Amino acid sequence: MSEATGEANVIPGSGGVSDAFNIEGRDVPESRPVIPLGQKTYDGEEQPRMGFFTDTTVCIGCKACQVACKEWNEVPDTIGELTGTSYDNTGALGADNWRHVAFIEQRKEVFVQQEAGLGTPAVEGEPDFRWLMSSDVCKHCTEAPCLDVCPTGSLFRTEFGTVVVQEDICNGCGYCVPACPFGVLDRREGDGRVWKCTMCYDRQKDGMEPACAQACPTDSIQYGPLEELREKANGRLEMLVEAGAEDARLYGANEQGYGMGAFFLLLDDPEVYRLPPDPEVVSRRFASLWGSAAVAAGAMIAGVAAAFVGGSR
Amino acid sequence: MSGRYEPQPQLAGSEQGGSPDGRGAVRMVPEEEVRSYYGRPVLKEPVWTWEVPLYLFAGGMAGGSSLLSLAARAGGNHTLARRALLVALGGATASPVLLVSDLGRPERFYEMLRVFKPTSPMNLGTWVLSAFGATTGAAVAGDILGIFPRATRLSEVASAVLGPALSTYTAVLISDTSVPVWHAARRELPFVFAASSMASAGAAAAILTSPEDAAPARRLTVGAALVELGLTEVMKRRLGDLVAEPYEREEAGRLDKLSKSSTTVGAALMALAGRRRPAAVAGGALILAGAVLERWAVFRAGFQSARDPKYTVVPQRERLRDREGA
Repeated sequence: MSEATGEANVIPGSGGVSDAFNIEGRDVPESRPVIPLGQKTYDGEEQPRMGFFTDTTVCIGCKACQVACKEWNEVPDTIGELTGTSYDNTGALGADNWRHVAFIEQRKEVFVQQEAGLGTPAVEGEPDFRWLMSSDVCKHCTEAPCLDVCPTGSLFRTEFGTVVVQEDICNGCGYCVPACPFGVLDRREGDGRVWKCTMCYDRQKDGMEPACAQACPTDSIQYGPLEELREKANGRLEMLVEAGAEDARLYGANEQGYGMGAFFLLLDDPEVYRLPPDPEVVSRRFASLWGSAAVAAGAMIAGVAAAFVGGSR
Repeated sequence: MSGRYEPQPQLAGSEQGGSPDGRGAVRMVPEEEVRSYYGRPVLKEPVWTWEVPLYLFAGGMAGGSSLLSLAARAGGNHTLARRALLVALGGATASPVLLVSDLGRPERFYEMLRVFKPTSPMNLGTWVLSAFGATTGAAVAGDILGIFPRATRLSEVASAVLGPALSTYTAVLISDTSVPVWHAARRELPFVFAASSMASAGAAAAILTSPEDAAPARRLTVGAALVELGLTEVMKRRLGDLVAEPYEREEAGRLDKLSKSSTTVGAALMALAGRRRPAAVAGGALILAGAVLERWAVFRAGFQSARDPKYTVVPQRERLRDREGA
């Protein structure tokens, strides 16, 4: 990866990473090491941690990411019905939707956005109407609970710091499904196994960017070394705030909480986009999870013993 | 929120901007609006089916039974010890069948055993259940055939040591998820499951054993049933009105109420007339039914809790506000 980043203009998918992140031609910074479970390191094979930065302010809702993802990863087509709330016809992330474009219609003054060149479409004759669109995806967390709870080791941490399901091992126990705080993973009907975004692991291995990022016509989806993307996102946020977009905010652009490998620039509260505002890192509650189970197990021994206090018959 | 079952969630939901599909949207926080993506869930509902709550019950009962068996053996009540051990074996046999059949790919069940993974309660549980099944089976076989007495005793002890782990790890399993009603109850759930397991073990033994040998089993089941009833209430109270709401409505609400009645009547019957076999059988059956229903209520409450975004969003918003305020 590192040799590509020095070039000023890299054509997407041609061996570098996202053109957007390469414009400034920075060196690849050290990202926080993500140590795979049960493994100390990838040694020489370890790559910089890669991620997605989804800048929703330039999303035009074309769903090219959804289509490209399905095409490349051979995800079954789901001709969904329109949800009736806007142009969303897939509803949520799941086994058959590894990207999901949310459409939110709001009554809101939009002149600020237009002046800032955010491209948020307004409807003629509706000056106080705005459309929010955002392409959601697996967050590839540092503290991934799906990976923690997976009983077979089917879910694993790649050399790119991402989280991937090995379909030849998954036995469809379904534990990762309620473990995920973002509702990303689901079992595929008729298949029985769990499927989710792999960040196009196969493409990554060949130095290509994921299909969704490559297909995105506005570079709303940007791919690159996570550390670099986070810096870039902060710059973008500053720019937006200066331009008067007071709503703009970053979601998951640091190592706090889950340490998301895919993060977002939003124009409203996360929950409006179906994102949890402050998810608790569930599987790191080791003491309260196992501690009370241990005490309860001890209490069972005491309880049964107490039943024999009055005699054994 | 008053009384019985859900008061027309559809109406209340659509009026106040709750979920448009009308699934559980009665506002408990009236002052401010809960924001969401058109009422769609943030979390995925679990994909687990009926086998899982039944396993929570069967595994729990088995774990309590092996412990009861060892205690009876130590006290010289061999009849009770033998019956309880048979219950433990029954549970240990049914459990893997239930678990494997719940898998999306049952033929790949063995993948669970290709790793030892302490971060996964399900993986640890698989190992505990396997060891429990092996030791309980060995203990029963040795007891029936009358061979290898020392190995048989050793198996009994091992089975009794693994029993409480088997009964309580399932609480950790479901608490180690993002489902609010499960995760927020991670401190209380193991105790609820422990009490319920002891009540089931006592009830099953009291059904299978003649009353003159079953006094400790009766005491265990009555005491544990009362503790179970109390702890369930403690759990709900500590969850708070909003997070515990699934226990008050829809399927989980009905199951919870049914469980409470069944357990209460069963415990009363067992306490007052347990010395007579028919009453012991009836009381025991009611307590067992109460335990199954309670696990089912906890199970279904998780689905309801995952389905409505307010259970996810409101506590997280409160946490954010507290952090900003501090």
